[in-house]
Amino acid sequence: MTTVLYAILSMSAVVCVAATVVRAVGYARAPLHLRWELYPVPHEAPDRAAHGGSYFEESNWWTREPHCNLRGELTAMFSEILFLKALREFNLRLWWRSYPFHLGLYLLIATAVLVVATAVASLFAPALVAGAVGGTIVGAVRVLYRLTGVVGLALTLIGAGGLLHRRLTDPDLRPYTTPGDIFNLTLFLVALGLVSAGLVLRPAGGPDIASIVAGLLVWDTAIRVPGLLGTGLALSALLAAYIPFTHMSHFVGKYFTYHAVRWDDAANRRGGTIERTLAEYLTYRPTWAAPHVTADGVRTWAEVVTTNPTTGAKR
Amino acid sequence: MKDKDRIDLSDMSRRDGRPLSHVENQDLMPLPAPLDDSARERAWIPLTDQAKNRYECLLDDTCAVSVPKPATKAEEDALVRKFLTGLDKLFTRENNWTFLQPLVLSMEHCAKCQTCAEACHIFEASGRNELYRPTYRSEIMRRLYFKYVKHGGMISAWQHGDIEVNWPLVARLIELAYRCNLCRRCAQTCPIGADNGLVAHELRKVFSQEMGIAAKELHDTGSMPQLKVGSSTGMSAEVVKDNIQFIDEETSERTGITVQTPWDVEGADVLLIHNAGEILAWPENPGAFALILNAAGISWTLSSDIAGYDSVNYGLWYDDAQFARVAVKHAEAAKKLKVGKIVLGECGHAHKALSVIADRVLTGDLNIPRESSMTLLRDIVMSGRLKLDPARNDFPVTLHDPCNLVRLMGVVEPQREVVRAICPQFREMEPHGVDNYCCGGGSGFAIMSGHNFPDWRFHVSGRKKLEQVLNAFGDCLDPSIPKYLCAPCSNCKGQFRDMLAYYGLWEQNKILYGGLVELIVNAMTEVKPGFIEWEWH
Repeated sequence: MTTVLYAILSMSAVVCVAATVVRAVGYARAPLHLRWELYPVPHEAPDRAAHGGSYFEESNWWTREPHCNLRGELTAMFSEILFLKALREFNLRLWWRSYPFHLGLYLLIATAVLVVATAVASLFAPALVAGAVGGTIVGAVRVLYRLTGVVGLALTLIGAGGLLHRRLTDPDLRPYTTPGDIFNLTLFLVALGLVSAGLVLRPAGGPDIASIVAGLLVWDTAIRVPGLLGTGLALSALLAAYIPFTHMSHFVGKYFTYHAVRWDDAANRRGGTIERTLAEYLTYRPTWAAPHVTADGVRTWAEVVTTNPTTGAKR
Repeated sequence: MKDKDRIDLSDMSRRDGRPLSHVENQDLMPLPAPLDDSARERAWIPLTDQAKNRYECLLDDTCAVSVPKPATKAEEDALVRKFLTGLDKLFTRENNWTFLQPLVLSMEHCAKCQTCAEACHIFEASGRNELYRPTYRSEIMRRLYFKYVKHGGMISAWQHGDIEVNWPLVARLIELAYRCNLCRRCAQTCPIGADNGLVAHELRKVFSQEMGIAAKELHDTGSMPQLKVGSSTGMSAEVVKDNIQFIDEETSERTGITVQTPWDVEGADVLLIHNAGEILAWPENPGAFALILNAAGISWTLSSDIAGYDSVNYGLWYDDAQFARVAVKHAEAAKKLKVGKIVLGECGHAHKALSVIADRVLTGDLNIPRESSMTLLRDIVMSGRLKLDPARNDFPVTLHDPCNLVRLMGVVEPQREVVRAICPQFREMEPHGVDNYCCGGGSGFAIMSGHNFPDWRFHVSGRKKLEQVLNAFGDCLDPSIPKYLCAPCSNCKGQFRDMLAYYGLWEQNKILYGGLVELIVNAMTEVKPGFIEWEWH
């Protein structure tokens, strides 16, 4: 049983990371698209970003160096990531359900990182951990991850329940809700509910999650994981592996929708990298069938766009 | 017919030959005074039996594209196959490198939270008609993507939802792609960054680039004549020159200042490109531009090269190939004259098309700097080169933000600086700036007048903007007070012209619309008073 659990935990972690990377690389390798930004763009100069303005508000803008307001962009990113700003601003009712869910997930991810870090430290630097300073730090971290773990589980469960309830009862959401959507939220409730129940009902002296993680790192199958907790952990791991294959992987997609689309206002300057990239795309051979496009799979984009369809003659 | 609130995604495939939705005036979002009595609102002109028999009118009360009904089942099947082939191409880099990345992101990451719906003026104004919900169209597209592009099986259908593709669905989707202004206000509010406006845009591309189906005003009488004779208006260079000469004479007479428009001046600092619609419909606008630029001592010119005198680029709304062709023509005209920069006149979509979208089309010596006339006008007004008397503009003025210029290009303040400086009774609409609402004529609707489509764009797509305008002038609706709705965009002006007339707001409340340059010339002390004539046009 313990071996099966370890296998699920480790394989799920690998699948989750690999699938996330594959998805992210897929998006990153997509061709540079035509500009499609939406204002406000937060890395604009602060005086312009405040009203949603762009460098097009300056005369002879191309004679100036591109402005990069890193602080503005980071502020926008952090308020979006940490507080789901757009949802709070435009859909407050949903935010009350979605924010606990996401904050809970953040706390659970933080818990996992702290648990693994503590286990690794205990295994590979026992002297350090046993020392006065190290012991105090590790002790504090254990208190911290118990806190983040408990709060994270509670918030995620409350949020998932709230989101599922909204999906099933809101007449605006219901027609757009698929069985998969219901399954996804239910899976969160079941998996994390089992983990919670497993921790609460764990027999006295039974291993906690930190012990299980430490055991996993050295593949110690002697640990007897309680059935309820083990099932919850296995389901949670499978859920983590499943997420990158669904729209729930928007933590990946969102990076690109914001940085590569909404906020991508990079101007094409003569002789620059954008121009070199475009040169390749203009050699692509489209196959659109409408006669006015004059694409036949042989002619390049450059030839197509310099053809006048009203004469049929190339420029 | 099902109640509008219960239109389901699967209804798109219905084969009963009937529209999915019917909009009654009393269902629409209420308007403020003086249009607050819905019982007195104008009735829609019903589609004629001839139109219903001849074209696919399966969506709602109107018809924007006029797709002829296929004669046989075999024809229907062929069109469906063509659609699916086009859909497939839309997700390949060779065919759609232009928008592949944002499209895939929007397909794969929508959380269906409906935040976007609350931002959509069409959905709100229609009385929350399900058909016009931004995600209704996108969800159809998303399900098609997972089923026919990604070849998802049962598990995919379970995860993403299933869909049955047939000719009624494709025919309805063609129309539904033309029930969105592409203003992207919905995308601005999406917590994930999904873009329903882009989905509508890409659907239009499939229909045009693969099936040869587009609104005729955009293609047959839009981008095609522009590439053939130089302007979507059909004006040749000779005709434009004649018209501009007439405008120069008119402007000189009206202002007392001799105005002469320079043509094809090699080495000029500025190549000004107007939307040629201005020359025909609002000649005071190019006249005012000429007067201002001459008075400010700007080195400028117009071009008589093909497309060089018409900044419109309707391909922006439905076809990448047509879009790129026109953009190249604009750049070639500037290159030939060796000008320092292209300045775009008062046309929102032309701004975005040439400055933003074409930025990754124009390379090498075609990459000529492009600038907004809003910026140039702001610099001229603020520099003190013109003697301006704001008292001449002492009437209520509000400013419309063209989506393409503001939310989609970030030119927000220059026009405001001008209006604040010369219009003492300026008041903002709420919301404004990048949070503005579309005029309802965006994405080509302002020039689309087939069948009863104007009824739809005045009752539904323009309704939210109408509410904003009435609220902005709520304290001065009395017809004894002339009011000026400043819309620095030709397409927006076209929509306002038609919509204000439709609701009688000039006759009954003296709300006039116009551009920014007219306000500047009206305030010039060297000009005879009364450049703005307070006459309906």
